[in-house]
Amino acid sequence: MERLLKNPYLPYPVRIDKIITETEDRNLKTFRFVFLNPKDEKKFSYIPGQFAELSIAGKGESPIGIASSPTEKGHVTFTVNKVGLVTTHLHNMKEGDVMGIRGPLGNCYPWKEMEGKNVVIIGGGFAFTTLRSSIVYMLNPENRSRFKDISVVYGARNPGMLLYKDELAEWEQRDDIHMHITVDGTDDPDWKYNTGFVPTITEQKITSADDAIAIVCGPPIMIKFTQPVLEKVGFSPERIILSLEMRMKCGIGMCGRCNIGHEFVCKDGPVFSLAQLKNMPPEY
Amino acid sequence: MTKKIYTKEEWIKALAGLKSSYNIFVPVKEEGFHTFKALDEKKSPDFDFQNTRLSPKSLVYPQSERLFEYTLDENAPDANIIKESEKGYFPQAIVGIRPCDAHAFQIVKPNFDNPEYQDPWWIKRFESTTFVGLGCNDPSSTCFCTSVGGSPFSEKGLDALLYDLGDTFLVKALTDKGEKFLNQAQGGKEADETTLKAGEDLAASASDKIEHKISTDKLKDKVQTELFDAPFWDDVAFACINCGTCTYLCPTCWCFDIQDEVLEKQGDRIRNWDSCMFPLFTLHGSGHNPRAKKVQRVRQRFMHKLKYYVDKYNNGVQCSGCGRCVRNCPVNIDIREICELMNGFLHKNQ
Repeated sequence: MERLLKNPYLPYPVRIDKIITETEDRNLKTFRFVFLNPKDEKKFSYIPGQFAELSIAGKGESPIGIASSPTEKGHVTFTVNKVGLVTTHLHNMKEGDVMGIRGPLGNCYPWKEMEGKNVVIIGGGFAFTTLRSSIVYMLNPENRSRFKDISVVYGARNPGMLLYKDELAEWEQRDDIHMHITVDGTDDPDWKYNTGFVPTITEQKITSADDAIAIVCGPPIMIKFTQPVLEKVGFSPERIILSLEMRMKCGIGMCGRCNIGHEFVCKDGPVFSLAQLKNMPPEY
Repeated sequence: MTKKIYTKEEWIKALAGLKSSYNIFVPVKEEGFHTFKALDEKKSPDFDFQNTRLSPKSLVYPQSERLFEYTLDENAPDANIIKESEKGYFPQAIVGIRPCDAHAFQIVKPNFDNPEYQDPWWIKRFESTTFVGLGCNDPSSTCFCTSVGGSPFSEKGLDALLYDLGDTFLVKALTDKGEKFLNQAQGGKEADETTLKAGEDLAASASDKIEHKISTDKLKDKVQTELFDAPFWDDVAFACINCGTCTYLCPTCWCFDIQDEVLEKQGDRIRNWDSCMFPLFTLHGSGHNPRAKKVQRVRQRFMHKLKYYVDKYNNGVQCSGCGRCVRNCPVNIDIREICELMNGFLHKNQ
């Protein structure tokens, strides 16, 4: 008897609904997509921390973290750094253009373990996308009571390089989330938040690891120097959660290029705890 | 299950008679090397070979395959929408496949067909294939199937098995698929006890001819990170020129790339075999490359086959002992020696 096989390589057709230029260097844009077939939205059911392949006919695919939260209905968003062939082409596309999204792919942040705990979110640069998804998800009135304190350290090179500036300002005003926005440096006399690298600000602001889980996303150098800070405060490696990036093609653990030891970043990750990573070859 | 005996001429005639029900692939000698080709009156099959230079993996998993197509013509209503390419999966039979190469498909299977994801193209072509093996009377000096779960007459992954008894073939059905194939094959006669006994004796003596034995028993217990940091990788990789021959010839190497190709307004999304030997395989868009150095790539190939696969699937090593990489490596890197190094590696605390 022939098996009914769902094709995991087939993207859902989507239309670019809105494009927002996020950073002053215009290298980061947020793309909001609407599914051409409304029933595909249900099939694309995701959890914060997952990613998808943005698929452009004639160019190829690029794996990008999902920046919207599943609580935001009717569309899905991705913030994309202009780097290679696919992302450069995407940056030149316009609202109304048709392309594809394939996913959701990968695991997600450990939401079951995070429930009932304090959550510390540490992000740097353009790696804030799935962290934005997580913050919006947790702040949703239906979810907020499932988590204790939420603290966020988010840094960029300068104020113009921060993503989601309007939302950051809005979260600053709320009392159910502790925001610690920082920039490496600025000559703006009106800058009202922190100045300093993410590890330094983390050391100043995150003073307790009690009943807490930390999610860390950022450039390798930031992760490297934030890790000891968190360990000093008392976060065990099991409670430091990282999301990795790798070159990918299939996104489903078959094409063979994104492995670290026997784990595939696309399928078994991209989210790993520091404890897991310590048992994997350091090849990433 | 059916057990029949054919003269060699009768067998080739029987295969020709099956062409309306199957696409039949047989070993053919071309330019000094054997290769699997569609059965054709002009070129008769040649079952007198040790093994084909290329493994028959491309018959299930083509080296280059169109997956999707699309139009970029903005006037078309379906512009930029990616659609699955129409394909037929007519039953096919690989006749004369060596047991190691049939075993290799079983080793590869969990990559393409697992509880989380199913690769529709690999699975459909695998399921439409009948594997009719040919036992190895005279294994080559580079063969080591008996060390990795196989043998010259192993039935693993086969639907039927041929025994070359000189002037005749004894053929045994092993699965329903094989039974169906043999039931449609004309001619031959039922095998008698003497013939069956001759087949068994042949299989037993062939196994004894494989002199090269390697140990894989301790690989599972090794600590991955320590094996990764073992001191021998620089020596192992020293001569390697990263040509990728081993990965293309290997029946258990499955890595691939996906590329878009466009001609005017029509485009295809294509899958091509890829190789962990090439630095571009893992190069990030940012310029960072986790396996930028040759030694890292060589280590990846052997760690994948002999450790990561072992840890992930609990299905033995990712090697069927065909020996192609040993025979064809331009700098004489021998997986058997590296397997011994890995299996015999002592941890820090040992």
